[in-house]
Amino acid sequence: MSNLLTRRKFLISVAAASLAAGCDRFHPVAGFLRGMQDWNEKFEAALFSPGRLAPELPASAATPEDAIPTYFISDSMPVAPVHWSLKVGGMVARPMSLSLEQLQKLPRTEMRVQHHCVEGWSAVASWYGVRVSDIAALAGLDRGVKYVEFRSFDSNYWSSWDLGSALHPQTLLAYGMNGHPLGPDHGAPLRLYSAVKLGYKMVKYLTEVNFLPDNTGGYWENQGYDWFAGV
Amino acid sequence: MPARAPSDRPNGVSDVERTQANNIEPEAGPNGGTEPVPVASGKGRSRQPLLIRIAHWLNVPLLILMAGSGLQIFAAYPSLGPQGRQYTWYPFQGTPPPQWLRIGGWLAGARHWHFAIAWFFVLNGLIYLIYFAASGEWRRRLFQPGRDTRHAIAQFAYYLRIRRTPPPPDFYNGLQRLAYTCAIIFGLIMVLSGLALYKPVQLHWLTLLFGGYDGARLVHLAVLCLLALFVASHLVLVALHPREFVYMITGGRHE
Repeated sequence: MSNLLTRRKFLISVAAASLAAGCDRFHPVAGFLRGMQDWNEKFEAALFSPGRLAPELPASAATPEDAIPTYFISDSMPVAPVHWSLKVGGMVARPMSLSLEQLQKLPRTEMRVQHHCVEGWSAVASWYGVRVSDIAALAGLDRGVKYVEFRSFDSNYWSSWDLGSALHPQTLLAYGMNGHPLGPDHGAPLRLYSAVKLGYKMVKYLTEVNFLPDNTGGYWENQGYDWFAGV
Repeated sequence: MPARAPSDRPNGVSDVERTQANNIEPEAGPNGGTEPVPVASGKGRSRQPLLIRIAHWLNVPLLILMAGSGLQIFAAYPSLGPQGRQYTWYPFQGTPPPQWLRIGGWLAGARHWHFAIAWFFVLNGLIYLIYFAASGEWRRRLFQPGRDTRHAIAQFAYYLRIRRTPPPPDFYNGLQRLAYTCAIIFGLIMVLSGLALYKPVQLHWLTLLFGGYDGARLVHLAVLCLLALFVASHLVLVALHPREFVYMITGGRHE
């Protein structure tokens, strides 16, 4: 269990989080630091190159699986509802609901890249699943789409992304890890995995992917963690 | 003819000398003429030019904020090496830095400070380095192995009481040049390894230079320790030579 994003810290900012229960992005930081954070997010977006790939790593670089921290915000490990499906919505031509079997029939992408946690640790695993860009192509994005929101059944943990990072070729909706189906400790049945974001952006226990015109923040983002969080 | 020639020449020469002496005399009166100065001492410049003083003193709050927020960030994962493969040689795995050294309160707060102040640290460093290069200040400040190595060793031997007298004074002694040059290099490595940690994918080539993400993290922390060591010895030496402290405020006499 990863300990840094602890309950205590969650409680410190619980007021902030509850204020942010709506849709608007909430900023717990103000003044100079807020201004610099806004500036840094622009800088991060400018540094991001949609075509730049993170290097694929050999199997020998893989972290022993029991050494990869697991993380969820619920009191106990979230369990998928019985008739789980992924809802794809927002400003799309074809809103849909996809079962795991349907997702597994879509083009499968696998990658082994380095994971970067905001806490400062790194780990390596291989992940397989469907590219978010493939889902986007399937759903047909409206021209006004600028952000992608990922929601979960882990006590409504969520995160919204810039469209460019979501459509990056190394951003997957993963249903498998290290050659086996995703376990509930790492976000089963479906989780977001990407080579170009910090770990807290990669929502586990997915329920919804919404293509939106607005930035809808995120669980940690609304408590002060940077929203762009690219690596 | 041979007898006259010598008497002619001295007369001619002395005329010239006299003229020069007359020209110089009024200026070299009570104020005294400027003595010949070694190249390295920066003729006509104050000991600590204004820009160097400003950059130096700005570094005090900037470095405190960067180090304090950096240690708060480090406290989130106070280990070195990737998950499952932490470096076995590092004796303090899992030991966070003491609370009183940290700034920012929690990880997100520390990141706000670290990434906000980093811009000012880099800006201050860039302005300093541009001035350092363009003004020629580097000549009397930068450690140049050919010029300064023996001087640095002599100064070190003097500090260790192996040598009874210090080496002949210069603008800075060899050891000072070595220490200040190292401090500049430390600053550069801090910024580069920090960028490597900030964007290990977008700046992948830079991260590779440090042996990957965890290598960059190790270098970032190790150089922080070296900088702390520099600051500690800097403070001891400035306490022993308080005049240098005054120069860093007033600028000192023009050399």
